[in-house]
Amino acid sequence: MMNNVLVFPMVLPVLTGILLIFLRPYIRLQRWLSMLSVLGTGAMSIILLQRVQASGILTIDIGGWQPPFGILFVGDSFALLLVLTASIVTAVCLLYAFSTIGPAHEQMHVYAFIQFLLAGVNGSFLTGDLFNLFVCFEVMLLASYILASLGGKRKQLRESLKYVIINILSSWIFLVAIAYLYGAVGTLNMAHLSERIAESGQTPLLTTISMLFLIVFSLKAGLVLYFWLPGTYSAPPTAIAALFGALLTKVGVYAMFRVFTLLFYHEPSITHTWIGIMAAITLIGGSIGAISSKDVRVIVSYNVVIAVGFMMVGLAAATSAALEGSIYYLIHDMLVKALLFLLAGTMIALTGKSKFNEMSGLIRNYPLLGWLFFIGMLSLAGIPPFSGFIGKVLIGKGTIEAGTYILLALAFVSSILVLYSLLRVFRNAFWGETVISLEEEKPLKKSWLVPSVLLAIGTIVLGLGVEVLAPYVQDAANVLLQPKLYIDAVFQSK
Amino acid sequence: METLIIILAGVLVAVATYLILSKHILRIILGTAILSHAVHLLLMTMGGLKRGSTPILAENKVAYTDALPQALILTAIVISFAVTAFILVLAYRLYRKTGSDNLDALRGMDDE
Repeated sequence: MMNNVLVFPMVLPVLTGILLIFLRPYIRLQRWLSMLSVLGTGAMSIILLQRVQASGILTIDIGGWQPPFGILFVGDSFALLLVLTASIVTAVCLLYAFSTIGPAHEQMHVYAFIQFLLAGVNGSFLTGDLFNLFVCFEVMLLASYILASLGGKRKQLRESLKYVIINILSSWIFLVAIAYLYGAVGTLNMAHLSERIAESGQTPLLTTISMLFLIVFSLKAGLVLYFWLPGTYSAPPTAIAALFGALLTKVGVYAMFRVFTLLFYHEPSITHTWIGIMAAITLIGGSIGAISSKDVRVIVSYNVVIAVGFMMVGLAAATSAALEGSIYYLIHDMLVKALLFLLAGTMIALTGKSKFNEMSGLIRNYPLLGWLFFIGMLSLAGIPPFSGFIGKVLIGKGTIEAGTYILLALAFVSSILVLYSLLRVFRNAFWGETVISLEEEKPLKKSWLVPSVLLAIGTIVLGLGVEVLAPYVQDAANVLLQPKLYIDAVFQSK
Repeated sequence: METLIIILAGVLVAVATYLILSKHILRIILGTAILSHAVHLLLMTMGGLKRGSTPILAENKVAYTDALPQALILTAIVISFAVTAFILVLAYRLYRKTGSDNLDALRGMDDE
């Protein structure tokens, strides 16, 4: 019965979001409530993580319907680690939003929709039912449509129209894939699906359906099909863009991991080879995009794409080291992408320009901002004391074990290109002659920097505290490698 | 009967694809609406159309219709309704802002 707590990470934000809609004029109260809800979700996921560590995977059958029939939530270490990270990132982005987003947004329910976004994200992580995954995706996407277009600038509206249409199409493919899968195996419960697919030995028909899922999640995660991403992520206000960059694609990545380790893992020569090819194309395309642009936000957006490719290299190799590496990298990337988006947004807000060749010598005006950017850059490139290192090492080890040397080479060349693309920003924007004199320098409010400082501390702590995190990550990778653990957890509770 | 419904779904997808590939936002939105109808039909057919009786547990009833696809469709309809409503408002706002619903006229980056 104590497992009921498992619904909290989704229900708490939903209820808070509904409450916030009624509290429209009370901005201050809205801020407090939304922050409390997000912190509560984070605390809850820590408690749940401990419990998973102590007594195995948690499940809850909603409404008391027994596993294959009802909808259920399944909390394993993988899902709960991501819930925790999502809560932390959302809390930090909220903090940034408090001081930057402005009264126009605040009066138009921005905090309520951030809550709904978090509810959808957490629901997607925790659900154990494929159709419920679709529903949680839609909750998240509807909130993101609104957050993307809120403000109503021309560019925002145009980009969010593209974003909405792309996502309607990908949701449509998702439904088609679900329909075919239901027609083929007659269930949508993930554990039950896993059993039935294993019984049939993943027939060619099922492999074809798995490719449909691959397309859907590629669109959501920005794997190969990332053409919509840089535009959408560079249009909304900084706090929202940071939230998108940190959370949205990661949900697609999570779904991809779940589906291709729990359900369709019998034909790796087809599915995982394709994932590898797509990861390679993503790494190449993302790197070209990141290097070719001069707009800081577009560069950061393309870095999101490269990271997705990098994590997919881990999935393609699918050894225990590679999966562990991908999980580390997923957590690291959520923190650091939020950090980079916040810093890029702050730089643009301070200088009023968005291209790095129009900025110069910012380090004299805003030293702390410069060093934070430097930390983010090193962390993303995988320099040891920071959090990107362990993920990269483990993914590298995994690809060597799996013998996929081309992916290994591409993954590490792309890391160098990530470093190069950000180093270009750093060199041009922070070094060089200071063009802003002290008199005309815009004051940098402390409240603009605190969120970035928190995230930078986060990446250092994550880098140094790998030992603390290791048992959870190993457990998460273990469940991914042995679907039986997941299936047993779902069915044994009866 | 199943074959007929599947063909109907296929025709709807063809129509929707044609509409989505046009340049006018309103047509694209209509296309997405028709597309969602097509997938609802597909979902229903995949669960098997009506055979046997209503899915209520009772004596002497062996065959009954699968109720799950109906529940799935109901959810999917609600979602597509919400998304269509939102995108219509978005298109209207875009039209008010730019005075055009032609995608060609909306091209171009960094115009602010």
